[in-house]
Amino acid sequence: MGSSKAKQRQQLQRKDYQRLSAQKRLKIPVARNTMVAFVVGGLVSVLGQVLIFLYMRLGFSAEQAASPMVATLIVIASVLTGLGVWDYIGQFAGAGVGVPVTGFANSIVSSAIEFKREGYILGVGGRMFQLAGPVIVYGVVTALVVGILHGLVRGL
Amino acid sequence: MIFLYAFLVGGIICAIGQLLMDLTPLTPAHVLTVLVVSGGILSGLGIYGPLVKWSGAGASVPITSFGHQLVQGALSEMAMVGWYGVIGGILDFTSSGITAAILMGFFSALVFNPKG
Repeated sequence: MGSSKAKQRQQLQRKDYQRLSAQKRLKIPVARNTMVAFVVGGLVSVLGQVLIFLYMRLGFSAEQAASPMVATLIVIASVLTGLGVWDYIGQFAGAGVGVPVTGFANSIVSSAIEFKREGYILGVGGRMFQLAGPVIVYGVVTALVVGILHGLVRGL
Repeated sequence: MIFLYAFLVGGIICAIGQLLMDLTPLTPAHVLTVLVVSGGILSGLGIYGPLVKWSGAGASVPITSFGHQLVQGALSEMAMVGWYGVIGGILDFTSSGITAAILMGFFSALVFNPKG
C-alpha cells in the first residue's frame, strides 16, 4: 500500500513537472526572437556589405573582399567578447548575432578566456574549439562528400 | 539595392537559425552545424554561389557561407590538380577566417581574464 501511494505521488510529481516544463517551453517568445534575429542579422549583413565595399576601394576584387570582411567581423566580435559587452548583445539578439560569423568568433574567444583558468595548453589551446569544433569538423566532412560527388557526377 | 538584398538574405538565414533554436530541442551548436552542412550542400548543388552574387554579404556573413567556402575550396582545387584537390583545397578560402578566430582567441585569453 505504502509503496503504491509513493508511486502515485511520484507519478503526480512527474506530471506536474511535465506540465511545468511544457509551460516553460511555451513561454519562449518565438515571434519576438525571430523578428529580432531577422532585423539584427540583416543589419550585421549590411555592415558586412559596407566592409566589402570598403575593401574593394582598397584594391580587393569583389570576390576577394569577402575574406577580409569576415576577418574584420571576427575581430570586432572578439574584442566585444573580451570586453564583456557581447553577453548583452547575444542575450538580446540571439541568432541575429549567433548565426553570422560573429557567433563563431564569440564562441572561440569566450571559450579561450573562460578556460584560461585551466592553463594555456589544456585550457586555452585545448578548449578554444569546444563550440566551434563541430562547425569545422562537419563543414569539412560535408565538403569532402560534396567534392567527391561533384567530381563523380560532373567530372573534374 | 545590394544592401537591401544583403539585409533580407542575412536576416532570413538568422531567423531560420532562431526558429530552429526556439522550436526544436537543438542546441546552438547543433543549429550552427546544421547551417554549415546546409550551406555546403546548397553550394554543391550550385545554389549558394548565385545567392552570394545576388545578395553579397547577406550570404557571406552567416555561417552557412563557411560550408559554401569549404566546398568551393575543394571544387576549385580539384579543377586545378584533380582528385587530390578535395583534400588540398578544402580550407583554402576559409583560411583567413579560421586564422583570425584562432589568433583572436589566443590573444584575448592573454589580455582578458575569466569572470568571477
